[in-house]
Amino acid sequence: MNDIQLNKCQKDKIAEICGEFGNDAGELINVLHKCQGYFGYLSEEVQREIARCLSIPVSKVYGVVTFYSFFTMKPKGKHSISVCLGTACYVRGAEAILEELKKQLKIEVGDVTEDGRFSLECLRCVGACGLAPVMLIDDKVYGRLDSSMVSGILAQYD
Amino acid sequence: MPNYKMSLLCCGGTGCRASQSVEIVERLREEIRKAGMENDAQVVVTGCFGFCEKGPIVKVIPDNTFYTSVKPEDAEEIVREHVVKGRKVTRLLYEDPDTKTHISDSKHMGFYQKQLRIALRNCGFINPENIDEYIARDGYEALAKVLQGTPQEAIETVKKSGLRGRGGGGFPTGLKWEIASKSRGDQKYVVCNADEGDPGAFMDRSILESDPNSVIEAMAICGYCIGATKGLVYIRAEYPLAVKRLQIAMQQARNYGLLGQDILGSGFDFDIDIRYGAGAFVCGEETALIHSMEGKRGEPTVKPPFPAESGYLGKPTNVNNVETFANIPVIFLKGPEWFASIGTEKSKGTKVFALAGKINNVGLIEVPMGTTLREVIYDIGGGIKNGKEFKAVQTGGPSGGCLTKKHLDTPIDYDNLTAAGSMMGSGGMIVMDEDDCMVSVAKFYLQFTVDESCGKCAPCRIGNKRLEEILDKITQGKGTMEDLEYLRNLSKVIKDTALCGLGQTSPNPVLSTIDNFYDEYVAHIVDKKCPAHRCKAMRVYVIDPDKCKGCTACARVCPAGAIQGEVRQAHVIDTGKCIRCGACYDKCKFNAINVQ
Repeated sequence: MNDIQLNKCQKDKIAEICGEFGNDAGELINVLHKCQGYFGYLSEEVQREIARCLSIPVSKVYGVVTFYSFFTMKPKGKHSISVCLGTACYVRGAEAILEELKKQLKIEVGDVTEDGRFSLECLRCVGACGLAPVMLIDDKVYGRLDSSMVSGILAQYD
Repeated sequence: MPNYKMSLLCCGGTGCRASQSVEIVERLREEIRKAGMENDAQVVVTGCFGFCEKGPIVKVIPDNTFYTSVKPEDAEEIVREHVVKGRKVTRLLYEDPDTKTHISDSKHMGFYQKQLRIALRNCGFINPENIDEYIARDGYEALAKVLQGTPQEAIETVKKSGLRGRGGGGFPTGLKWEIASKSRGDQKYVVCNADEGDPGAFMDRSILESDPNSVIEAMAICGYCIGATKGLVYIRAEYPLAVKRLQIAMQQARNYGLLGQDILGSGFDFDIDIRYGAGAFVCGEETALIHSMEGKRGEPTVKPPFPAESGYLGKPTNVNNVETFANIPVIFLKGPEWFASIGTEKSKGTKVFALAGKINNVGLIEVPMGTTLREVIYDIGGGIKNGKEFKAVQTGGPSGGCLTKKHLDTPIDYDNLTAAGSMMGSGGMIVMDEDDCMVSVAKFYLQFTVDESCGKCAPCRIGNKRLEEILDKITQGKGTMEDLEYLRNLSKVIKDTALCGLGQTSPNPVLSTIDNFYDEYVAHIVDKKCPAHRCKAMRVYVIDPDKCKGCTACARVCPAGAIQGEVRQAHVIDTGKCIRCGACYDKCKFNAINVQ
């Protein structure tokens, strides 16, 4: 476990979120959604604090965090890029888009660029199959992509 | 309230929003205001029309004009011409690809002609954020009807309709309700499974975004039938718009006394809560879903006990999928006999499919059971993109299989698809053409299953990993014929021994591609060739000396120094040195590099 200490304000926030759900262990997933929304990611310290508030072992919290792909233990970049690898996007060339992104950003899936600008993720189907292949940067959907469009799109973000 | 003479319906589904439909709505409203027609024309944001390929769609009522591929800058012309002068904007109408004529009413389009919309009946017709519009289309009438009779009568009606679960399994819905109703428990639960994890499928999301009230109404009916007062919707956190619309609909229903205490004065109490998924495909399996709702890892458990006996928090629980619920109100309004008259002998009603891939008309469609794949792909889907040749259609997602030309005339129903080595699944339908490598497709699905396996049982955790490794070996050109036999045997073992539905069906993409595309596997193994040129390791790049101008671009980009040649003379690739990265192929401006 790392040594990052949460300050009192952060601990209070976690206690407040757990309190909203009645400190009920059955609401763990909802608590994690809210905490990730607030902190951006679920560090080990945050997980420990949640476990304390809900009176459950840290291993339980960690087990749930690592089980679901929506939860992350790594901080994200300023802009988060998600490439859809659903089947519709796959057959229309999503892999080439992902390769191009990896090449341009010089990172692998799940990592953050050195300057912290972008993080790269994959996801399974945003449901915009008519626009395949598709990627999301933050909440904006870019559709009908080909790899030559990637650098132009990235340049729009600072 | 103004009495509008004209309504402009604009799709506000996720797909069309990605193509600026929100801006279109704003611009249309602004133009209507500028023209001083605020009291004559209104803009309504609706759910999905289904024709995503040609989105965003704007439909004008009452003349049913169907504008396709609308852009925000078209708003001015639509208002100036159509709203003010009553003249259609021809250039935005759908053009029939065969006759090249413009079609203004969607009911004359090939895409809609063979469809029959039951679950999607309100999609694209109503504003999903206004319960009054749902009620105006007979909404909540079915619930009122059911509350006047006994639960047994209502269960009988569902049984008589022949409705089967639309989430994949195809279990008879009425029977499921009957079992749950007979279970004893002080508290029972109705769960709506909206954890649509199948890559390339978006039926449930569209229904919840377009018509959330139909699901709420059906859940209340189910609650009355089985004796539950509590409903839970388990929905993907990745579907923010669907969540928002569901919450709005639930609040409006509560305000109208259609949810909550003493619904419609009947003495029946029922309310619904939302539970969020967090991205795990296995949570589509009902026991895994229930564990996830309890805040645990979404791992499945052995059935029995079935959720109907011991489900959420150990109480009797009935789980149905979104599309199943969306069918329920209509069955009560039009009668079970009507519903049972649609479809085939053992599969009644319709099925919604998310049609995607290499097809001209990508979109959300609903067809009667028994429609053939050919009708879906060619009449509704408009055939294969760019005039390429049809190769396969994948149904049932990672649990399904690939069907080929010989299955084109098979009527679609649960039993026929299973007999053909695939399955109905939740309704993803991905069309593939001659450029798709079936070994790679099988590998793609296995990668998905390996990623999503919860790891609880060994056949799924280890077996699927092995399948993936062997498929990878074959796509690298290192496979042997023994591997094929091994793939088959291992697949059978996994099917027989895995714990839950995810594991038991995960080898289907492998088995169905081996059965239907045996020659393609042999080409990879024996000839070391990928007929679709998709497998990188087996590509051979050759420069066509007649087309090569000797510009040296390829030689400069080649990271392996494998390309030799003088300036202004044809270059040559040394296949021994070539690492098959494809950089030269992308760089060449003269199409002089061929892949063999």
